[in-house]
Amino acid sequence: MDRILLGHGSGGTMMHKLIREHFAPRFEMKSLNDSAVLEGVSKGKIALTTDSYVVSPIFFPGGNIGELAVYGTVNDLSMVGAKPLYITVGFILEEGFPLDDLKKVLSSMADAAEKADVKIVAGDTKVVNKGKGDGIFINTSGIGIIKDRIDISPSRVKIGDKVILSGPIGNHGISIMSERNGLTFEPPVLSDTAPLNSLVRDMLKITKKVHAMRDPTRGGLATTLKEFATDSGYCIIIEEKLIPVPSGVKGACELLGLDPLYVANEGILVAIVSPDVTEKLVKAMKKHPLGKDTRVIGEVRKAPEGMVLLKTSIGGTRIVEMLSGDQLPRIC
Amino acid sequence: MKDKRIQKKIKGLTDSIGKPVKLMEVCGTHTVAIFKHGIRDVIPKEISLLSGPGCPVCVTAIKDVDVAIAISKMNGNILSTFGDMMRVPGSKQSFFHAQAEGANIMIVYSPMDALKFAQENRDRKVIFFATGFETTSPSIAGTLYEAQKAGAQNFYIYSTHKLVPPALKALLDSGEVRIDGLILPGHVCTITGCRPYDFLASDYKVPSVITGFGAEDILQGIMMLLEQIASNRPSVEIQYKRAVREEGNPKAVSLINEYFEPCDANWRGLGSIPQSGLKLKDKYSRWDATKQFDIDIPDAQEPKACQCGFVLRGIKIPTDCPLFGKTCTPERPIGACMVSSEGSCAAYFKYGRRDK
Repeated sequence: MDRILLGHGSGGTMMHKLIREHFAPRFEMKSLNDSAVLEGVSKGKIALTTDSYVVSPIFFPGGNIGELAVYGTVNDLSMVGAKPLYITVGFILEEGFPLDDLKKVLSSMADAAEKADVKIVAGDTKVVNKGKGDGIFINTSGIGIIKDRIDISPSRVKIGDKVILSGPIGNHGISIMSERNGLTFEPPVLSDTAPLNSLVRDMLKITKKVHAMRDPTRGGLATTLKEFATDSGYCIIIEEKLIPVPSGVKGACELLGLDPLYVANEGILVAIVSPDVTEKLVKAMKKHPLGKDTRVIGEVRKAPEGMVLLKTSIGGTRIVEMLSGDQLPRIC
Repeated sequence: MKDKRIQKKIKGLTDSIGKPVKLMEVCGTHTVAIFKHGIRDVIPKEISLLSGPGCPVCVTAIKDVDVAIAISKMNGNILSTFGDMMRVPGSKQSFFHAQAEGANIMIVYSPMDALKFAQENRDRKVIFFATGFETTSPSIAGTLYEAQKAGAQNFYIYSTHKLVPPALKALLDSGEVRIDGLILPGHVCTITGCRPYDFLASDYKVPSVITGFGAEDILQGIMMLLEQIASNRPSVEIQYKRAVREEGNPKAVSLINEYFEPCDANWRGLGSIPQSGLKLKDKYSRWDATKQFDIDIPDAQEPKACQCGFVLRGIKIPTDCPLFGKTCTPERPIGACMVSSEGSCAAYFKYGRRDK
């Protein structure tokens, strides 16, 4: 089996061959200059983001590290209302990484870029000694443009705003955890990794009164809502029975002692929107394939300031806090 | 809705009892579930729910953590453990801190994973740090059975297993707090059944109900306790009938008894409790990490000012402690009850800090 060797990161012929044969054709890089020269980014405001992907295992039910790296950056741009345009990719490969796996990851990135309608325009590859990496790490950066009247930030959140969630929670985190630990569920729990830019585009066509928006990745829905509450200085109250938790996610969480509110997602968004546009917006989002389960899960209140409260299914209330670190499965 | 009917019944029973009722949930999973479901919001104020000693991770003695870290730092050794042990502080550091300094520690989801790793890496010695109540000990015993069958030469168990009934007995013997009823741990009783708890009703006259973990389970468990209190007929009942049988799981119990025997054990925050731990029987000492690795470490002092001992005995609630939420947080836990996600202080911190 062909594997990545240290020489593939040397800057010499091996590296050039790797780039010419595997990277450039998949990513439609026309020239291999030191920088990509971009067009169409001069109008409006520019959004810029970067993220690194170290997920293990790199292939998991419903996705892989390559498409995750593309969609993750596309989604980060989309959450501020930007139209994602260009992406750069940096690879850190570990000596010995199978070339076939690299090809799979690259093809998946190319497909993902096409699906999300963005161009991968620049890249870098380094190879580290065996034992100094975990197969493959990917960094992606991206830029997009924001139209003039769009301003999405938690500081715009107002009392009475509604909290909208675009789909069921917990699928990505549980798919990774089940793959890591050889757990199987019936039906299998698949990662929800997906590009959210077209859903956001449809939302912003309906209204500009989207006050805050994020994709609840690491730390899950709970962490994102707590960030909104802290940043806005208001209270967010949500209802447990309105939050969709797929049965596989529920089962896995019960088994492992996890709370689905804190499990990672990669293909849903949570938005805080003006109450007068909520109904129209939810209706429009439901028409999009990634938003068909969209629903209102709660609202913004004045007090207690900076807190997230959850109304439980039996009518009690509890506080939703951030976790100090990872959720660790409990033992009994 | 069924839970509304139960809530109504609870209200009626509380009125007829006519005085405050103190119930203790023994198990950490119950403490968390009570917060998660918002149970306190839907029961009368006359009923207070106290958290008992029931998180096996929390009560792991400081010295056991220290010894395990020392073992993990010995050449060629790998210590494997359940995830929620990682943050438990030893006298100087936790497994997480030791790992960051280069100690060989890995998280597994099952002791069988540790055994599998040992079989795939025969040049390493794999030590499984076994902690838990009766719920987890059968899986350790089952793993030992497999290790024995496979002739694994490089696999060891460090047992810090604890038993629930002796801890309850010690708690009631101390007489420090009046407990009107006990919400008994559903998971543990799937293994042991209810016989080991009979003494609660017969000797101590404390109403007891083995309860599940759903919102309705817990409300129903509370209702059954109130019925016992109102009629003054203490017994050990099972609410969690879909999982718990009176006789428990005899196969699992006999597996435990094959490999383990009771021993005196040190509980963090509570001290030594007679016959409240499980150690490997002498004939299996070949697998016993405490016998196979020569570690000499002094006894550790528990942090001063920490009120965990009182919290674990139901005398104080977490917010009574001066360290709570200030110097002692889930990120930097000082006391036993803050360390695991199912410790009572961690549950209060996460769900109920600013509770009414």
